[in-house]
Amino acid sequence: MMRAPDTQITRPGLRAWLNSDAPASRFQARMIQLYLGWLKLRGNPLALIGFLIIVALVLMAIFAPWLATAEPSAQDLGQRLLPPGSAGHLLGTDELGRDIWSRIVYGSRITLMIVTLVAVTAPVFGLLVGTLAGYIGGWVDEVLMRVTDIFLAFPKLILALAFVAALGAGIENAILAISLTAWPPYARIARAETLTIRNADYIAAISLQGAGALHIITRHVWPMCLSSLIVRVTLDMAGIILTAAGLGFLGLGAQPPMPEWGAMISAGRKFVLDQWWVATMPGLAIFTVSLGFNLLGDGLRDILDPKKSKS
Amino acid sequence: MSDAGKGKVPALEISNLNVFFGHGESRFQAVKNVSFVLPEGASFGLVGESGSGKSTVLRAITGLVRDWSGTIKVAGSTLGERRETAFYRQVQMVFQDPYASLHPRHTVDRILSEPLRLHRIGDIDRRVLQALDDVGLPRAFRFRYPHQLSGGQRQRVAVARALMLEPRILLLDEPTSALDVSVQAEILNLLTDLRARRGLTYLMVSHDLAVVAHMCEQIAVMRLGEVVEVMGVEQMRQATPEDAYTQELLRASLGYDRDFFSAHMEE
Repeated sequence: MMRAPDTQITRPGLRAWLNSDAPASRFQARMIQLYLGWLKLRGNPLALIGFLIIVALVLMAIFAPWLATAEPSAQDLGQRLLPPGSAGHLLGTDELGRDIWSRIVYGSRITLMIVTLVAVTAPVFGLLVGTLAGYIGGWVDEVLMRVTDIFLAFPKLILALAFVAALGAGIENAILAISLTAWPPYARIARAETLTIRNADYIAAISLQGAGALHIITRHVWPMCLSSLIVRVTLDMAGIILTAAGLGFLGLGAQPPMPEWGAMISAGRKFVLDQWWVATMPGLAIFTVSLGFNLLGDGLRDILDPKKSKS
Repeated sequence: MSDAGKGKVPALEISNLNVFFGHGESRFQAVKNVSFVLPEGASFGLVGESGSGKSTVLRAITGLVRDWSGTIKVAGSTLGERRETAFYRQVQMVFQDPYASLHPRHTVDRILSEPLRLHRIGDIDRRVLQALDDVGLPRAFRFRYPHQLSGGQRQRVAVARALMLEPRILLLDEPTSALDVSVQAEILNLLTDLRARRGLTYLMVSHDLAVVAHMCEQIAVMRLGEVVEVMGVEQMRQATPEDAYTQELLRASLGYDRDFFSAHMEE
């Protein structure tokens, strides 16, 4: 009976529901937190721009067949290396007469796949390693952190190159290699956060309720590490895209017919002086998306950092 | 109170408790040979200056500090190296700082329902609402986050959490020292109330003698890890303790005393 006014989703009703200081359910409490985050994001123009770029990227990937003007791998040798603005080819064509705009649109799918797969594997693994090391301590900490150090000792791209060379060229192996090289910094962050959290009173309180180590790590330590990790992942996304593009550029990532942006730049390298647009257009795409992730990451840091938002 | 407890098994019995910090060369003994007995339903105060080891006694009882020796008996059964699940349903603790003892990303609802889930106790909704009523918090606070509450309200949530498992013994680690003076009285009254209603046994640590005098019947004074004196609250009120340190402590609790200080300055 108390729910009745809440359920009608009229505009002022929804806003009041989201601004309520006495949420009536778990769901409402969560939605209010999300809404407050959205308000903060909206109040930060640069972060909003970054957010919109990422949304545009996602929309581009979803609606690629409708946005593209041609098949991404359809060749037309009669129309090779046309400059941008030619009839039917918004951004020109490449050395095999393929429409660059369509290839970039379809390439967004590959970029998004790389970013998503790396984002759901590397930070999760890093979080697991870091929190276990930090919470349990002792020899577990020593072993896990020395392994992390070994991975950190190599430059990222070099290590990724070595993995891809061992696993074989291809987009899946490139993603795997990037994930394998990306997790150590997350483990470090998670461990540092855990060390400060594990002596907190609220952890002592829950262990006094009889909770085991695994319960404490997943339910109480993880939520505290998550925000700094999300910020770091978002900021790293640009680097991950660049590494993927770098691997593609070196011929170790996506293989030729795939419209991967790094591979496209690599192909355009041969004509960079006379037909500049072949390499420049995918380069601009990489630049824009990287910028978007960086701006969003900066904004998220302001929104999610619990130390800052306390004041 | 101690008459009522006679002949029964005491709620909490501590004998020859020693607690250590650190390892090897730097191993430091924070608590030395502490012994006391709490009859069922008693309220016992541990007072002393900071660093006297009073909070450490609580942490040893709860198992938060591992390196201890001696005997701790809860309702007659001796505690081992590790605390068992049943222990947490008998003994709970309220922490000093309500700003640090509630998880900043959990709602009040989650904080209160988690102990029930951990111990597979059903009827969660009713129990959470009942707990809010018991500590005098409006039910509308159920889905708030700690940062949306004041210090006193947070401490009420912490008290409610400690009572979720319906323990017999409550360890209070300076439960009011992080609060405003006006709020302190509210929390102390709440604790007195709850004890009367539920017949709880309190072990309270404080450096504030007025608080302890208000809450406890018996008081142990600790200094440098040792109990220097155990006395009844009447004896403390009349300021007739036997130990010299206790006399000084009582004196200090009265606030700044010009004669006392000038006498000491001349020495």
